Amino acid sequence: MAVLGGSVPASVAAVVVFLLLYAWPAIRLNGFGFLVRNTWDLGSLYAQPIRHGGVMILPGAQYGILFLIVGTLLTTAIAMAIAVPIGIGAATFLAEMLPPGPRLWLSFLVEMLAAIPSVVFGLWGYAVLIPFLGQYVFPVMSQLLGWIPWLGEPTGSGYGLLTAGLVLSLMIVPLITAILRDAIATQPMEVREAAAALGATRFETIWTVILPGLRPVLIGACILAMGRALGETMAVLMVSGNALNVLPVSIYAPVSTMAAFIVSQLDSALQDPTGLAVRALAEVALALCFIAIIVNTAARILLAGTAVAGRLRR
Amino acid sequence: MGWALCGIALALLCISIVWIIGLVVVRGIAALRPSLFTTVTQGTGGGLLNAIEGTAVLAAGTLLLVVPFGLSAGIYVAEFPSSHWAKIIRFLADVLVGLPSIVLGYFGYVTMVEGLGWQFSVAAASITLAIISLPYVARATEVALAEVPQELREAAYAMGAGAGTVTFQICMRVALPAVITGVLLALAISVGETAPLLYTAGWSNYAWSGQLTHSPIGYLTYVIWAFINEPFSSAHALAYAAAFLVTTFVLLISIASRLILIRRRR
Repeated sequence: MAVLGGSVPASVAAVVVFLLLYAWPAIRLNGFGFLVRNTWDLGSLYAQPIRHGGVMILPGAQYGILFLIVGTLLTTAIAMAIAVPIGIGAATFLAEMLPPGPRLWLSFLVEMLAAIPSVVFGLWGYAVLIPFLGQYVFPVMSQLLGWIPWLGEPTGSGYGLLTAGLVLSLMIVPLITAILRDAIATQPMEVREAAAALGATRFETIWTVILPGLRPVLIGACILAMGRALGETMAVLMVSGNALNVLPVSIYAPVSTMAAFIVSQLDSALQDPTGLAVRALAEVALALCFIAIIVNTAARILLAGTAVAGRLRR
Repeated sequence: MGWALCGIALALLCISIVWIIGLVVVRGIAALRPSLFTTVTQGTGGGLLNAIEGTAVLAAGTLLLVVPFGLSAGIYVAEFPSSHWAKIIRFLADVLVGLPSIVLGYFGYVTMVEGLGWQFSVAAASITLAIISLPYVARATEVALAEVPQELREAAYAMGAGAGTVTFQICMRVALPAVITGVLLALAISVGETAPLLYTAGWSNYAWSGQLTHSPIGYLTYVIWAFINEPFSSAHALAYAAAFLVTTFVLLISIASRLILIRRRR
């Protein structure tokens, strides 16, 4: 048991160690500039490889992922900005306003959303959401809200930051809703009675007494959801427009994220005869890996000891 | 006013769910033909036989690997909860759950596809999927065993049963339904994942060759991703049919595990 159970630590260690070993030549070449440079360029594919900084590279090769970091952070931020209020609202309504029968069915419906594979979200985003947003919603939005920076023309075709954020928000909102709904349900009746005795309405009770008491749970759930959004691949790949080497100039502009970039760039990275491009992609994967570990550990620490810790481990 | 906003939030959520599932069901059923299940993919047309078979092979391979390792990890952590090794396993299982699947896919590519020279293959893909689903199975097993009443163990020990008998024959029997939901989740993951498979399974238009290494294999989620980007309506039909099959299967698994858990509570 103990030995077979060791497959869990072995897997995590192997992932970190092998990615680190494989990416090492790229890490040595790129240094810290990897994170702040904005150019991903494989160099001249037909030129003779040259020796640079101890590794063979193609002339002109340069690896910087600033645009990916910005894209990842912005799509996640937009997803959170949409998912957190909707998650709080839906969880409150589910827990407080519905009789047990509909509550069970609607909770189940929301949790079905979490079961749908990423690529199916991508399919929906690509086939339905992009034409809908690009032709109808975004032009109207830019007309009405164009005076706000980032929200004006041009609106583009529908591929981009806002669309990716919207799809991501749908993928993470079931997590926030489920954790918060369970947490609200576990709050003792006495608290509600005390608030009611002080003259609070039902909504005031939940809004000013119950929810503030659940702040650590909410923050933990949000960080967990954020971790998921940061690493989401297929759905983002299919709706983000996969921008290369440019920072977005508006909320409608194409972007790319670290996770999506790893998929979209493999074919071209394999063209590099020195193999350095594939190693640089491993460096992207390694960076994503560390971000995920930090974010998830933070969420677990915040949630440890709260009532939902048990549910999370399900 | 506040309740209205909360209701609108829930309504928006429900509309999106119905919209997504509706799209997949309506266009998917329209694209279903009997020949999908009997012919292999040809270019951007043909059938889905190779993809359906590949998904089944990968799912079987994943379960074969993840069940012994996942159950062992879960049983160990549940039975020796305060040992250092159990704490390490529990913490790293949480870390592993949080790792994006593309990171694990790239790891599979670096170590097995390239490092061991297996190329795109069933073995590389199944092992990668097994690592992705490992923490879910381990966690489900651990929670299932932890929920077995302590009195049951005490009663069994009082009857003179050894530790092995208590864990494997008595507690496991009670915990089995909840353990099965963990295995079902692993099945859903292996059928629904895409990104790590692009890096480990590749894609093949032909039926599985029977080789574990050095031979790429098709799978349904690839069809959804790759064929919806093609400009042909035959390709779109295949993508929607594949999306319908995958979504239906995954949702059925989700409903089944829910029913198992509800029945167990009673």
